[in-house]
Amino acid sequence: MGSSRSDPSVAGPTPARPVVLLIEDEPQIRRFLCAALDTQGFRLIEAATGEEGVAAAATRQPEIIILDLGLPDMDGLDIIRRVREWSTIPIIILSARGQERDKITALDAGADDYVAKPFGVGELLARMRVALRHAARGAGDPGESKFSVGDLEVDLAQRQVTLAGQPIHLTPIEYRLLATLVRHAGKLLTHHQLLNEVWGPNRTEQAHYLRVYTAQLRRKLEADPARPRYVLTEPGVGYRLAAE
Amino acid sequence: MVGAVNTHGRPEMDRLLDGLECLSRRSTQHSVDGASDPLDLDAIVARRPFLLVVDELARANPPASRHPKRWQDVEELLGAGVSVLATLNIYELESLKDVAYRLTDVVVEETVPDRMTEQADEIALVDLPPEELLDRLAEGKVHLPGPDPERGRRFFRPGNLMALRELALRRTADHVDARMRRYMRDQAIQTTWPVTERILACISASPHATQVVRAAKRFADALRAEWLVVYVETPSHARLGEPGRARVADTLRLAEQLGAEAHVLSGERVPEEVLSFARTRNVSKIVVGKPVQPLWRRLLFGSIADALVRGSDETDVYVISGQEPSHVPYVSPARMRGFPWTDYWRPLAMVGACTAIGLLIFPYFAHSTLVLVYLLGVVAVAARSGPGPSLLGCVLSVGAFDFFFVPPYFTFAVAETQDLLMFGAMFIVALVISGLTVRIRWLADSARQRERRTAALYAMSRDLASAREVATLLEVSVRHVREVFRGHVAVLLPDPGGGLRPQAVGGSALVPGPRELDLSKWVYLHRQPAGLGTGTSPELEALCLPLTASRGTLGVLIFRPENPQVMQAPEQLHELETFCGQVALALERAQLAAEAQQAQVRVETESMRSALLSSVSHDLRTPLASITGTASSLLEGDATFDPATRRMLLETLSEEAERLSRLVRNLLDMTRLQSGALRVSKEWHPLEEVIGAALGRMERPLRGRPVVTRVPEDLPLVPIDDVLIEQVLINLLENAVKYTPCGSEIELTAHVSEGGVMVGVADRGAGIPPGDETRLFEKFYRGRSTTSHGAGLGLAICRGIVEAHGGRIWAENRSGGGASFQFTIPVTGRPPDMEHTDG
Repeated sequence: MGSSRSDPSVAGPTPARPVVLLIEDEPQIRRFLCAALDTQGFRLIEAATGEEGVAAAATRQPEIIILDLGLPDMDGLDIIRRVREWSTIPIIILSARGQERDKITALDAGADDYVAKPFGVGELLARMRVALRHAARGAGDPGESKFSVGDLEVDLAQRQVTLAGQPIHLTPIEYRLLATLVRHAGKLLTHHQLLNEVWGPNRTEQAHYLRVYTAQLRRKLEADPARPRYVLTEPGVGYRLAAE
Repeated sequence: MVGAVNTHGRPEMDRLLDGLECLSRRSTQHSVDGASDPLDLDAIVARRPFLLVVDELARANPPASRHPKRWQDVEELLGAGVSVLATLNIYELESLKDVAYRLTDVVVEETVPDRMTEQADEIALVDLPPEELLDRLAEGKVHLPGPDPERGRRFFRPGNLMALRELALRRTADHVDARMRRYMRDQAIQTTWPVTERILACISASPHATQVVRAAKRFADALRAEWLVVYVETPSHARLGEPGRARVADTLRLAEQLGAEAHVLSGERVPEEVLSFARTRNVSKIVVGKPVQPLWRRLLFGSIADALVRGSDETDVYVISGQEPSHVPYVSPARMRGFPWTDYWRPLAMVGACTAIGLLIFPYFAHSTLVLVYLLGVVAVAARSGPGPSLLGCVLSVGAFDFFFVPPYFTFAVAETQDLLMFGAMFIVALVISGLTVRIRWLADSARQRERRTAALYAMSRDLASAREVATLLEVSVRHVREVFRGHVAVLLPDPGGGLRPQAVGGSALVPGPRELDLSKWVYLHRQPAGLGTGTSPELEALCLPLTASRGTLGVLIFRPENPQVMQAPEQLHELETFCGQVALALERAQLAAEAQQAQVRVETESMRSALLSSVSHDLRTPLASITGTASSLLEGDATFDPATRRMLLETLSEEAERLSRLVRNLLDMTRLQSGALRVSKEWHPLEEVIGAALGRMERPLRGRPVVTRVPEDLPLVPIDDVLIEQVLINLLENAVKYTPCGSEIELTAHVSEGGVMVGVADRGAGIPPGDETRLFEKFYRGRSTTSHGAGLGLAICRGIVEAHGGRIWAENRSGGGASFQFTIPVTGRPPDMEHTDG
């Protein structure tokens, strides 16, 4: 069932109804995702195998790809790498629980986020929205300089961070860390990616550093560092800044 | 296929060989150096011929071959399953070597052991009347034995030919007779078997010994009896010197090759030892060589043969004569002894000392006391020196006594005849004492040596018994072998690829060379020792022994002695083989223990799996039943439900699905823990991060409950696997939610404790039934609760993970109500220092 439910009179995808390419071999999952995404205003293209998916990604120009890592014919990683060779389409992977290694590799290879099976549609939609937002921003204006979530406000241009109106003093590294998280707000960043952006490519093996600084950041930003509101941890994979 | 043939230049032979695949063919009249092309054994085995033709079975192979003789090659081929057609001459049989010499004056160097003909399936006798053979000789069609053609021609005298023909016919007849008996036995035809005879041959260090052995072999064959060969090590064995000892070793080895049991006894008198051994082994006939000593010695001291005859009771004694081959000079043991000058100063010193003492006490004491002083001196000398110095001591004592203390003084003359008697008695007493002392010392020495050997074996057995792992076993074995046998040792064990690999044993200095490695492979396959002192590749410096136990060969031991001469004695080889047997047993025991342990693990896994299955089937069906029921009721009554009911049903569906999901996750975790597939990858984490992640994941179930966290800011980093510890916290939180009423508080704490960090999850629920605190953590334990669902695995998984981190987990009731679960995380070491790159 590789058909798209598009209105034939409308030529090409429109931003109002973004096109989602779903590469998933299980028909039941495709079924419920179809139903859910359709009601949420997405147009769905389905592909049951990796090859079909890669071909569809090239020809149908989707806005976002949902990719299952456990495809029978191709390694999900290969698909990500191939697509990333010529496009920056956001990719969200569906992974089985307990495969941290695979998730990290997929994220480092270019996937934007992941959702672990079994998942609720709400979670997937939230990730999709974040990914689409970042994609749109990347394509469009050079980047918003202000960001806010909850009581936290970050002004990237002025390099100012306030929490409920109170300015927070951060060390340069803590600020760089926060800024990276803000730039990808809502998106999951792996240890590797964060280390690369904050410390440079030579320190990407020292997750220990990252954890210590994240802990410091948390202590400064969070009311209860043990119940973080903003700096969320994905154990074994990385960190994410809450976007809402 | 033809393995090897020597055509001796005869054209009709070449014609006969046409059309047959030939491996090696020589056409010399007689080989110049006695060597010939060796058979390529591995190629032949690979080729799998229907029948291999091998000429001249008795030939020697060139020095670098695997076996020194061609018959050994053929034996190996037979063992590998190749059928061989071989040829040999009658005089080339080992047991007929002396007979051949007696008949023909030619010493046949290249012989074949009798067992080759005994084990043959078919013997075809090529028989010609002597006259025809002489005709062929005249025509030049016959190959002459021995390097010298003249002697060879002498070999072909008609008398010789007739005698040899008779031997050949008789041998063939014996073979046919044996086959007939076997046939009759196989067909269960009754025959009368002769009474079991047992033959004992005694050998000495003389060259005749080999003849005695061969004669005993013929004897044993004729009587179809078992036979043993024995050598008695007397005190004079130590004085034999290298050639003598080597001769004894060779003779014993020959005896073993011919099929005898070889024994070495130690004692001081040969006849007694032999007779007592014969009695214990129920020997019926004793074979001994004719004495070669001159008549006067025999008359004076008696010969061994005479003594045997005298003491033999019901045992028959056969005395074999021999004619010594002229080219081997016989050196008697006495002449071979070196002259230990050093020992002879002792009697001189002793006599001097005794005389001095005597002169001191002479005025006060009688003669008899002085005699005793000299006797004491003689005992002292005998206790330290050999028989020669002792004898000198006796003579000198008597002489000194006579000279200094018997009138007329300072002469050797004797005034009274009773003094002569006194001298005589003194001399005899001194002689006897010294003789006895020397013998006692020697016996004690040899007993000590035997005891040492046994003790060494016992020590190794004891150490091996207490070693559990293969590495320790090997180290113990190598150490003992090295200590007892003085040399370098290496042990090769089979590796999974099918080859043999030397094991790195601490301190072992032997690195096997390529030839030794090749030979080891051969040894491993054939389960026979090879190398120094054996029948296969004896020119190597090292000895390769198989480590064989009841289940087959477990490996190979390579031993390179510091002194290669030592290993030539078969008893040394036996001893080393005994050691290897012990090592093999120990290795087998270790293997079996490992297998037993694996079997035990398998049994446990099986029982766990079956317990899991029975529990799981119930626990899976329950949520599935709700899901199926709810979904089907939604489908059936789709139109009739109002939105609120529908929503409720859908929520049930969602909850049950989550429950099922949780159950499956727990099951998978438990299976992974149980099967050992759980890998804990520890890194340094701030604990609050993991707590935060767990709380984040539990957001929905925890809704509506107050959650209190008490984590100090300065809590150090802990070395944990964050995914696993998150799982522990989630399981504990799930339990807290399950077993406490809605809205009751849940508390998460962490603090530094001795040796690490302690984490606690506490609730205000009903608490734990007293007495169940430890049972809680067992698999499939479920607490009493209103909605008891779940397989009871959550806490078991927590314990597995915490213990995999080296920590402890326990539960207790709180004061004020509720349960508290605590676990420790040990912290050893410190997190890597961070460079301060930050402002």
